[in-house]
Amino acid sequence: MPEKKVIDARGSFCPGPLMELIGWIKLAGIGDELEVLSTDKGSAADIPEWIRKVGHELIGVTEEAGVWHVTVKKTK
Amino acid sequence: MKILIVGGGMAGTILANNLARRLHGELRSGKVKLTMLSASDKHMYQPGLLYLALGRMTPDELYRDQAGLLEPGIAFFVDPVEEFQLDQNRVKTKSGTVFDYDILVIATGSRAAPELIPGLAENSETFYTEESAVKMFRKLQAFQGGRVVIAMGVPHKCPMAPLEITFMLHDYFKDRGIRDKVQLHYTYPIGRVHTLENVAKWAAPEFERLGITSETLFNIKEVDGAAKVVKSEEGSEAPYDLLISIPAHRGMEVIEKNKLGAGGWIPTHRHQLTMEGRKNVYVIGDTTNLPISKAGSTAHFEAEALGENIAAIVKLGSPVRDYDGKVFCFIEAGKDRATYAMFDYQNPPDPKAPTKAVHWFKMAYNKLYWVSARGLL
Repeated sequence: MPEKKVIDARGSFCPGPLMELIGWIKLAGIGDELEVLSTDKGSAADIPEWIRKVGHELIGVTEEAGVWHVTVKKTK
Repeated sequence: MKILIVGGGMAGTILANNLARRLHGELRSGKVKLTMLSASDKHMYQPGLLYLALGRMTPDELYRDQAGLLEPGIAFFVDPVEEFQLDQNRVKTKSGTVFDYDILVIATGSRAAPELIPGLAENSETFYTEESAVKMFRKLQAFQGGRVVIAMGVPHKCPMAPLEITFMLHDYFKDRGIRDKVQLHYTYPIGRVHTLENVAKWAAPEFERLGITSETLFNIKEVDGAAKVVKSEEGSEAPYDLLISIPAHRGMEVIEKNKLGAGGWIPTHRHQLTMEGRKNVYVIGDTTNLPISKAGSTAHFEAEALGENIAAIVKLGSPVRDYDGKVFCFIEAGKDRATYAMFDYQNPPDPKAPTKAVHWFKMAYNKLYWVSARGLL
């Protein structure tokens, strides 16, 4: 059964939101969705770029009160 | 009140000593009992492994007897926990002993896990254990030239280590007079050469100046030892003659076995350092799932904040401060220059140009660490 996990990377300068996602996506199952919360607007671009490059699925990017929500699905 | 600390690494040791000082009277009167359980009777200064791999420290310099680092009044047992029975406020150890507690602190740390990547353990040199660092030193000594690739998994302990080993290798080969026979090729998992933007802005031109090539968006998928090629999740390949890896890390197996957190990382409140869903269980050091560096300084600052809070709980009935995400990392920029990055949840780092003075301070800290572990610095 696919699960949904929230990665709270707000205020994370190091390792940073994308590195957090890379670490956690390895622990996820295929079909799981991971929602990254980030206060770095760069996450809205660099997470989708990496997702496209490795072939996972980008579900969506939204911004709410200075927090970017980037949701991806692990596909392989 | 019974306070139980599980883990005798940097986080657990600094916390124990901090509490022993703050609660000196309560420990003497018997009002408080402070106990530490560890898997080892030795305490390792883990940052020293970087220097060991390059022949700049020796193994004996990395260790002290754990018991000798602890303040009087701390009951210390080499008896690792095997079962966390959190609903009953107790743990069971390898020897079968049951320790109950009013407050539990979990600081079991993390471990490099090269076995997660096919071919990585057999075909790369690394420096996250004494054995592997000594092996890497010998391999470097025998290396006469060729393409050296630096590659890493995520997450990894000490996020500055990839840059440090690269800059230090540059000077190592230069000192041996073979830098012109060595191609240093640095790879990194995200789209710049370091996750800290300001550090990346400094490091990228340094690489260019020193003739170090780099490739970003490179996450190790597998290593083909026969072909001497590292393959990335992103589809690229990096041929090597010598592969230096910073393996992905995992929390300790006991955490996963007890289902306290996926990957061995325990869900932790970012300010209070409580385990999610538990009021009397705290997590510090690498064991947390917090989105901050897995580094000694993180463990140190968390331990100080938690020491103040646990002492306040004993004396006032409630904690008095939040952990603010503070981290301080030295960055060796070669054999004789260094800078540093300091940041917290709110403020990004602003590293300055490397200097010899910061390098020598780092050299001094390699010795001062033992004062730090005792909770004095």
